[in-house]
This record gives sequence, C-alpha cells and structure tokens, in this order.
Amino acid sequence: MNNKRTIKLNVPFITRLEGEGALELSAQGDTIEKLHLKIFEPPRLFEKFLEGKSYKDVPDLNARICGICPMAYQLTSIQAIERLFGIKLPKQLVQLRRLMNLGEWIQSHALHIHFLAAPDFLGFDSAIHMAKQHPEILQRGMRLQETGNALMALLGGRSVHPVGLQVGGFGRLPERKRWDTVRTLVDNALPDAKSLIAWTTTLELPDYSHEFIWVSLKHSKQYPINGGKIAASNGLNLTYNSYDKHFHEHQVPHSTAFYSLLNGQDYLVGPLARLNNNYRILPSAIKKYVESLGIRFPNQNMFTSIQARAIEIYFSLYEARKILDKGCPVEAPYVTVTPKAGTSCFCTEAPRGMIYHRYQLDEEGRVIRCTIIPPTSQNQARIEQDLKYSVKKFGLNHSDQTLKFFCEKVIRNYDPCISCSTHFLDFKILRS
Amino acid sequence: MPPSKLAIAIHKLTSCSGCQLALLNQGIGLLDLLEQVEIKHFIEAGINHFTAEVDIAFVEGSVSTSEDLERVQHIRQRSKLVVSIGACATSGGIQALRNLSDENWLQAVYAKPEFVSSLQHSTGIAEHIKVDFELWGCPITVSQLNHFIQQLLLGSKPKPSGEKLCMDCKRQQQVCVLVTQQAPCLGPVVRTGCGAICPTFGRACYGCFGPSEQPNCDSLANRFAGLGLMPIEIAQRFAAIHSHSPPFKDQYQRWQTIHVREVE
Repeated sequence: MNNKRTIKLNVPFITRLEGEGALELSAQGDTIEKLHLKIFEPPRLFEKFLEGKSYKDVPDLNARICGICPMAYQLTSIQAIERLFGIKLPKQLVQLRRLMNLGEWIQSHALHIHFLAAPDFLGFDSAIHMAKQHPEILQRGMRLQETGNALMALLGGRSVHPVGLQVGGFGRLPERKRWDTVRTLVDNALPDAKSLIAWTTTLELPDYSHEFIWVSLKHSKQYPINGGKIAASNGLNLTYNSYDKHFHEHQVPHSTAFYSLLNGQDYLVGPLARLNNNYRILPSAIKKYVESLGIRFPNQNMFTSIQARAIEIYFSLYEARKILDKGCPVEAPYVTVTPKAGTSCFCTEAPRGMIYHRYQLDEEGRVIRCTIIPPTSQNQARIEQDLKYSVKKFGLNHSDQTLKFFCEKVIRNYDPCISCSTHFLDFKILRS
Repeated sequence: MPPSKLAIAIHKLTSCSGCQLALLNQGIGLLDLLEQVEIKHFIEAGINHFTAEVDIAFVEGSVSTSEDLERVQHIRQRSKLVVSIGACATSGGIQALRNLSDENWLQAVYAKPEFVSSLQHSTGIAEHIKVDFELWGCPITVSQLNHFIQQLLLGSKPKPSGEKLCMDCKRQQQVCVLVTQQAPCLGPVVRTGCGAICPTFGRACYGCFGPSEQPNCDSLANRFAGLGLMPIEIAQRFAAIHSHSPPFKDQYQRWQTIHVREVE
C-alpha cells in the first residue's frame, strides 16, 4: 500500500468552461491540505466604468459582462432602475421580456449540455470529437440552441448582446411574420426537448450527494425568472433589499473573483437550486413526464444538474409556446421614463443562477455607484467545498490524470461562467 | 483528393467569450464547417493544444494583463495568419474605458488590489504583434466569420468591409432615426456588419462595429451638439465599446474638455 503518496497535480487550463480557470490541489496521503479553484479572469472593472454613465447606456454596457447570458445582466439592471423610477410595465411587455429570458435559458443550457457536459458522460474530449459518433445527439442540441437564439433575436435583434431592451420596455415590438416563424421553431423543438430529458436518464450520473444550502428566487405562481423572493433551503426568505445584510463578498489571494457567502456559509445558485425550490409549481404535464422517467427533485446530487437544465429547456419551450400562442402584440413598445435620484436593487435568475444588481443614481439618472454580483462568484466557495467532499469520497489513490478528469466533471456541473465572474481552469495537484 | 483542411485555433484573452460563440452558435452549419477546417485549439469547446502550429489563429479579447501579452506573442510565433475577432481584440474593448482615466480603478473595485494583477491599459492586439486581418464587431457575427473563412478557402484575399452603417441601413430602407427622431445615431461613422439592428429597432446606433473607413466624427459630433446634447453626453457617445480606437478617442477628448457653465 502506498500510504504517503505526494500529490502534485497541475492542470493549467480546465477546458469546456465559459471563460478560463485553474485548480490547485495539495494532498498528503489521503488528506487534502489545500484545494483552490483559481479564477484569474482579468478584471474588467465594470462597476467602475459605469460610474457617471446614463441609465440609458447601462444595459448595453452591462451586456458585455458575458457573451453567453448578456440579457440577464441587461434585464437585472433595467429592472433595478425601473423599480427606482417607479415604472410599472403593462403585462404584455412583462410577458415579452419573459419570452426573451426563456430564449436565453434555452440557448445557454443547450450549449452547456451539448458542448460542455455531454463529452464527459459519453467519453470524449470535446463535442467536436463527439460529432462523428453521435451526430444525432449534437444535432438535437444545436436545434434547441438555435431555437433559443431565435427567441432572443426576435425581441433583441441578436442573441449575443441584444439591442431590443431598454429601461421602460422595448425599442420596437416584433413583426408578425417573424413571430410566426419563431412559433413554428418552438413547436418543432418541443419533442426534441422531451427526448433530451429521456436521454439524460441513459447517462451514468455519479452520485456525490451531500448537505449544502441552495438559493434561488421563488415565486408562488410562476417558475421564477424576473421576480419572486430570495429563498434559501435553510428557511431564509428575503426581499431584494435585505440581500446585502445576509450575503457578503470577500477576496482571496488566489482568485480575481469575489467569494460570496450567505451568513458566512457557502451556497449553491443555478438550475438545481431553482428546480429544488420551484419544482412544485412546474406545469403538471411536465412533472408527470419527469416522474415517469424516474427523475426526482429536490435532490442534492450536483450531477443531476444536467437533468435540471434539460427540464428547464423543456419548461422554457412549453412556456414560450404559451406566450407565442397569444399572438404577436401590437400595443406601445415602451412606457414613458422619468429619472429619479435614489438607490435600488433587483435580482433575476440568469441561466447559471441568481444575479444581484444595486444602483445609486443621481437626479438625471446617472450612476453614482453600483454593485453587480454574478452567479459564479456566488458558486465559487460551494464548488471548492463540493470538490473537498467529492474528491475525498472518490479517492485520492487515483492517478493524477483520473483525478484531474474527475475534478473537471464536478466543476462543470456548476457551468461556471468565468468570464462573468471576473478566466482559467489550470489544475495543480501537490501531493506530499 | 479533397483539399487539406485549414488548421485553426481560437484563443481568448480579456473578453466576455461572446465572439467565440460565432463558432458555437453556427447550429447544424458547424458540422459542415468542420469538414473544411480542423480545430486545433479551442479551450471552451474542450480542445486544449496551445502550442499547436496553425494556419489561422482567431484571437478574441484584449491585452490587459502581462499573461495576455505573453500569450499573444506566443500565438504569433505559431500561426501563419493572426486574425483579431471582436471589439476587445481590435481596439481594447469596453474594458479600455479605464485607459481614459488617470485613477487606479483596481484600488477602487478591489479591497485588496495586490491579489489582482492587471496592466494599466487594455489594448487591441495589433498594438503588440502583427495582425493579418481584423474582424470588427461586438460581437462578430456567424456570417461574418464564415464569409471570411470561405474567402480564405477559395484562395482569395479577404477584404473585410469598412463601409458606413448608413449604407446598409439605407439599403434596408430603414427610417433614419437621426433625421426623424433626432436620435444621436453613430451610423455615419460606424462600420457595417451588424445588419443595422439598432435603427431597425428604432434606436440610435451605439457603435459596436467600431469606426468605419474615413469617419467624419467632427461633423457628426457637431450635429449631436446641434441636437442639444451636452458635451459630456457627446463624449460618452464616442466612449463606449470602442473608446480606445483613435477616431473615437479623439472625439471623447475633444468634448471631454469643453466645460459648460450655466449663466443667469
């Protein structure tokens, strides 16, 4: 028996993540001494250059935080500002924003499942190498992704950094013809989404369930995207205004991203957290289908995140279909906006989890100060805790290569969007 | 014998990952593209071979850290052609807004700035290495990327367009927002490529595709003043996505220094 092996593992880039990150692991025998998820995405200083900018420019600038979920950043800032200005949008416009949000969830989840996660479960390095043997799986994913992108482009002009959203509504409402085209796309994608969920049950999903706190928005009537209260699995129920009393960020030397903790504890945000909190209010047809496949939520197995994403894709298409069926709206695309000075905050659910924005504006609606907390900086501490538990249970006796691959899989469950949070999975194991 | 595939690499420096999506957002088209190109390095897609020699290296992101600088030099040595993609790689991107300030922004955002290493300025890659082609845009589009690759495959020298957005907008018969809404549209000085989506959505272009060929920014800025925009508003109009590109930076500086006093 090798009882005092020194582990020294260094993976300079962890692949299939959005952005780049690194992992450093030091172990002595079977004791982990240090485990650091290192994010060294270069700082881009959004919160600083937004100062002095008009509320009108904030959404377009904010989109550039992330190419995969630009809309989430736009809409969180827009809604924080609308809340400050006392703007209440007519119901139809709120529904249109929801439709566009659903599109962002669909494209982001489809991208994650097929390009980033599927190769782990099917034994490939990349989706590109997977394409020859599993063309139908990849093609289904691409069709879903295209449908999500088409929904975003319908209301935003394009899926990456869309231009349709503004404080007070939309620049313009969609044309009838494009509305109908997208409706057909959504119709055709529904069976794909259903078979995607069934496909996830054929995957061998490891189980490293353990106790942790999860946090998401929770709403009594609808699956939450842009509204509801902040609900934590430990029973906390918070309004947006009390966010900063309970959630605190701190810096560590090995990462450019801030670590966020809930009353001193790590917590999970994202699709699993959302589904755990809101499974009950999914349409009964979807619950029935999911249960017929033997899938159970809530649970604490991070490897079921791929199923949570597949279910959210199906739900999003189902709900998009409902909104599209009501017909292309023809009313005014926006309401009048009158700026007001003050401070306001808002939370929405980005594909990767809850986002929090807070703005202090002057009487002309210019930013005095702002705070933006993306999902990945909230998940960062949780990923490290998960790895500490899961790697030990998996066994430190595995080869460096096997350990590296296992850690990457665990990390990818969180779909960390490192570009947002502040870049790299570089893997370093030190065995001593 | 089919012609040999083009070996390509996709690199990321300081950026939002949005331009890389021009590959991953191809839909089924990606499978056709893979018949023509071989991807040697693309971390987000799971292919990590940084030292591979390639025909074309597409680089997303600006140089904002010393690691970025090292990487971009390394990329140049191993690539026949280097192509910058997107606003960050071509002109430093949105994060180049810090170049306009003398303040140390790191200290303002981070309680412990010593944990974070970053260069004072964010710059496009052509300031550091020879760049063969530039694809402008924030983000670049799927068709823009495919058109470029097809031109190379056909053996013709790509000539990315520098014409003004106004031209595309007129061809689409959109109603001019500058004329009809007095909206401060940057269309007369911005490069085509996005499909004139902002005017299509009834709003002013805010310059994602960077300065066009021969942009008359002085005149346009004067027109904005005529529309009643305050100097600071005109300065900020030019200092958004491409604030580090010379024609836009000049306008920023021109209007930034004009102080307005209210008189009784």
